[in-house]
Amino acid sequence: MNRAFASLLLILAVSAGLKPRPASAQTPPSARDAAPIDITGTWVSYVTENWRYRMVTPPKGEYRRIPSSPAALPLINGWDPAADEKAGNQCKSYGAAAIMNVPGRLRITWQDANTLRVDTDAGTQTRRFQFAAAPKREGAKAGAKAAAPTWQGESSARWERGTSGGGSLRVATSNLRAGYLRKNGVPYSERATVTEHFDVAPLPGRGQLLLVTSVVEDPVYLTGPLVTSPHFKKEPDGSKWDPTPCSSTW
Amino acid sequence: MLIHLVALVRQVGPLADRLFSAALAAREASRLGEGGRRAALAALIVLFAAGPAAAQFEFTGSWAPIASEDVQNDSVPVDFLGLALTDEGRSRALAYDESQKAMIERQCQGWGASYSVLGPFGLRVSTQTDPATNRVVSYTIDAWEDWNGMTIWMDGRPRPSVYALHTQEGFTTGRWEGTALAARTTHMKIGWIRKTGVPLSDEATLDWRFVRHDDVLTVLMIASDPLYLVEPAIVSKSFRLSPRPLDYRMPCAPGFEGREPGDSVPHFPPDKNPFANEFVEFYNLPREAVMGYTETLYPEYRKKIRGTYKQPAPCSDSCGQAGNFVRRRAN
Repeated sequence: MNRAFASLLLILAVSAGLKPRPASAQTPPSARDAAPIDITGTWVSYVTENWRYRMVTPPKGEYRRIPSSPAALPLINGWDPAADEKAGNQCKSYGAAAIMNVPGRLRITWQDANTLRVDTDAGTQTRRFQFAAAPKREGAKAGAKAAAPTWQGESSARWERGTSGGGSLRVATSNLRAGYLRKNGVPYSERATVTEHFDVAPLPGRGQLLLVTSVVEDPVYLTGPLVTSPHFKKEPDGSKWDPTPCSSTW
Repeated sequence: MLIHLVALVRQVGPLADRLFSAALAAREASRLGEGGRRAALAALIVLFAAGPAAAQFEFTGSWAPIASEDVQNDSVPVDFLGLALTDEGRSRALAYDESQKAMIERQCQGWGASYSVLGPFGLRVSTQTDPATNRVVSYTIDAWEDWNGMTIWMDGRPRPSVYALHTQEGFTTGRWEGTALAARTTHMKIGWIRKTGVPLSDEATLDWRFVRHDDVLTVLMIASDPLYLVEPAIVSKSFRLSPRPLDYRMPCAPGFEGREPGDSVPHFPPDKNPFANEFVEFYNLPREAVMGYTETLYPEYRKKIRGTYKQPAPCSDSCGQAGNFVRRRAN
């Protein structure tokens, strides 16, 4: 009897802990359907930190708060925005390792059920966060040539869930074209990787905040990870969306 | 025995934890009589009906600061960049004289709850638990170097009356929301939001989110103040889990530093702050940005000043570490 009662308790516990599954249990839900948080919409930078490094172009040679390696110093001191412009590299400070710190707006939408798309009006860049279930398999054919590095690289994404609801978006980005962490030419290399977490938080009485914790690692131009956490306010619509092209000086 | 059983089932948490608790509860129940089994069943029903609210990550430990964003030791006088101040807040900040820190009654004024993320130090976090239930009653962030520390009450206790004692550290309650520890601080004495004297009133509220990703803890602080801030002051600062415990320091303890009780309060009269233009001129910064006007926090402002901002010349003398351009005064 006692043994039967104990078994009943265990069954109760297990059944209470499991969430009901949809009828089509064999098909995993898409990333869009499985999203524990909603980060879609238009978000605007709220520049309350690192103002002097983000809202204006700092003096040449200043790399304070960035753990730049000795190998980076010649590039920092040799920064030549006119040469970048001439070479068509005016987007060097808009790459994935820096773009979230560039003041502007983000427009986040689902491109498809497993791809989250982030457009920026500053520099008119597009990032695509690819969740595992989808087309990544198609690109991974045997012998397929690696894609050329780009400003925004390739980003794989996954949801991280809390055990009692909520969650966070984790994005890992690599295959980057070398760029700048700051407008004044503090470099990162093609070997840099970016790991980001996107969290949402209520803004007391004033909507929502998007917090992006970004960790940039670069074995060439950084001596340690660069961690920043820019934040964005949610806007009711996209009426203030104002695309501006990349600039190597501003 | 029954107390032990109830304590077990009150430890709500993730499924694995629930199963573990349930298994232990079942084992205990099997040793009890009919009354004990009924109590166990009732407790389990309460447990699973109530839903989990357990910790979503290990918060305790030592968290070393990662100094890749603004910290207070960057501050120079009259640097209100990144703030949206009311006129009253701006006037008060401009009246501030650093010599106020020599006054016994004002020595600890700047080291309120907000200084945990504004200062350059790390966090050392511990828990206090209820010995009967083993549930977390509070988290404590230990004091260091003048900062008074902070207790986050997790036991659902009510907030005190608005007339209750206001302290430097204030009164903070917290709860787990999704993957974050959310907390709110009220009942602070008047203090600062920058250690250069930008005020935070005793009506201010601090809303916190502590989120952990791998070994990085990010603390988001949203300061709202009906007196001195037009829009919230937001600071997000990251810390890395430290394998070694951080050094413990004593909280702020006022002592004689040259000014006698009853001496006048050092301050600058209106429009007489000698440092009002210093930061503006150091970096060719727009005055309204340095003075903390709201519009300067949004991207539109960047476009507005594009035609007028002149990038400072590279630092050529006494540039300090990282070409950081910390100029010295010419006196």
